Amino acid sequence: MAMAGEPAIRAEGLTKRYGPVLAVDGVNLDIAPGEIVGILGPNGSGKTTTILMLLGLTEPSAGRAVVAGFDPLRQPLEVKRRVGYLPDSVGFYDGLSARDNLAYTGRLAGLSRREIDERFDRAMVRVGLADVGRNRVATFSRGMRQRLGLAEVLMKNPQIAILDEPTATLDPHSTSEFLDMIRGLKADGTTVLLSSHHLDQVQSVCDRVALFSRGRIALSGAVTALAQQVLGGGYVIDVEARGAGIVERLRRLDGVVRVQTLGADLYRVDATRDLRAEIARELASSAALVGLRFAAPSLNEVYTRYFQEVNDAA
Amino acid sequence: MRREGSPLTGVGAVLAKETADYLSGARMWLTEALVFLTAIGAAYAAILSIRATIGESPFLFLRLFTMAQDPLPSFISLLGFLIPLVAIAIGFDAINGEFNRRTMSRVLAQPIYRDALLLGKFLAGLLSLAIGLISLWLLVIGLGLLLLGLPPSGEETVRMAGFFVASLAYGGVWLAVAILFSIIFRAPATAALAALGVWLLFALFWSMIAPFVAAAIAGPPDTLFGPNLHYLQISQIFDRISPNTLYADAALALLHPATRALGPVLYSQIQGAVLGTPLPALQSFLLIWPQLAGLVASMIVIFAVAYILFQRQEIRA
Repeated sequence: MAMAGEPAIRAEGLTKRYGPVLAVDGVNLDIAPGEIVGILGPNGSGKTTTILMLLGLTEPSAGRAVVAGFDPLRQPLEVKRRVGYLPDSVGFYDGLSARDNLAYTGRLAGLSRREIDERFDRAMVRVGLADVGRNRVATFSRGMRQRLGLAEVLMKNPQIAILDEPTATLDPHSTSEFLDMIRGLKADGTTVLLSSHHLDQVQSVCDRVALFSRGRIALSGAVTALAQQVLGGGYVIDVEARGAGIVERLRRLDGVVRVQTLGADLYRVDATRDLRAEIARELASSAALVGLRFAAPSLNEVYTRYFQEVNDAA
Repeated sequence: MRREGSPLTGVGAVLAKETADYLSGARMWLTEALVFLTAIGAAYAAILSIRATIGESPFLFLRLFTMAQDPLPSFISLLGFLIPLVAIAIGFDAINGEFNRRTMSRVLAQPIYRDALLLGKFLAGLLSLAIGLISLWLLVIGLGLLLLGLPPSGEETVRMAGFFVASLAYGGVWLAVAILFSIIFRAPATAALAALGVWLLFALFWSMIAPFVAAAIAGPPDTLFGPNLHYLQISQIFDRISPNTLYADAALALLHPATRALGPVLYSQIQGAVLGTPLPALQSFLLIWPQLAGLVASMIVIFAVAYILFQRQEIRA
């Protein structure tokens, strides 16, 4: 067991070099027990390589990691006993039933036959596959396979769950169901590390996020804090109003960082605080205010803006 | 840096699962059916000709394995040809199949080392081969009992058991080759073709190349004063690189008790020997000990190479 106060996952200067290519470049990460942390970034930014190093499946070129109190390089079995891993585009033995697939990994994990039976049934109920446990995996859809992968993680009763792109291939409905299951993991007290490039989805489940860019963590923190940092304001307000000179009038307000025109009579205001009352007062006098909507700061926006700035600077 | 924990954790689980897969898979059924049909046919033909010439040899039962009856080759030469095929069929997608099904990272995320996966798969392949061979043996022996009405003697049983061990070692070499290619090539079809290519090389072409190589090194096969001994030795050394030759030698010495030597013999060496009399089983085992050791050693060496390559392989597909 990890000691109280000790992080569930800690990475110090984790680096992976493939020949001349630096896939992961000095990643530092601290995840407290019970947190849900998202690692986000474009494809090829080093997310999966970082995860593999945390699991001890790839040897880091430099740096070290401590996962659940153990060194994944020297004590990989101890780490893997405590960590459940759902790889991206998870695969199963198609010719075997869902139960046989999970019983195999359960035996590899050292579970007894009785434990496998009990935990399998419970896990399958939780992921909503209770009726198809005896069916061959060949008959499963992508979404069902993804759930089956999560059931495997649940069966292990892990301290830490590492989910690599868990929602990448799911439709919107399955995605929101899947995110609910991930919240369920947190309710069990499991620490969750998940990687994704579906930012808006991740935003809704993660306590903290780390943005990966070219093998480094470019930004990390809670979503609102990041929005503050990148967008200059933590609040986004959509304004719908008819009239002339609205952009200028909005800009004059104290606390407004930026005003964008989204469409005809539609404006987006980035602000450092909730300015809805002031905006209403300002526009009510002359222009026709049609709508005023509070838009949560979107991670997507943080992300696009950040990489825009990085690319502009380069 | 030392890793903690046993590399053997999980071998049992892998072994059980893979053996069940092999034994129930369609591929195994097809190859086994092929082997059984041809081998039983060969043994049956041998029985028919033994009945015609009964009483010529004290080792009637062993002749079941060695006697060829046109148009069928003998049981042992069929096995020498078909065992590699079965072994390759078992092993050619052992590792790359896991990658292609995307099950590799899921399996290795369990608390086992890679060693356990590779060793478990290899042992499962050997076990499946052994199960197939034993059932084949029992079938042939049963056929012999029924049609010849004669039980095998104690010495014949010992020799048949020795032949089984040699067959298993021979199959193990080809299984290791197949698994090696399944690590090197990501596409199972490429791995299978590469393994079959090596098999063809040794099964068909090796004995054709041997004379050329020997002649290039040692001069022409015949001199003015008789056969060129140096040529014969080189040719034999070259021949024995092939596991097929080692296996054929071992089978010959074990199942033909009269076999006294497996290479060129000088007149001085057979002075005083009573030609045509059988050797005791122990002496035959001594005769093929190098062959057997060679087969086991090459199996281990090829497996070790596969092991090293697999340890260095990146897990991400």
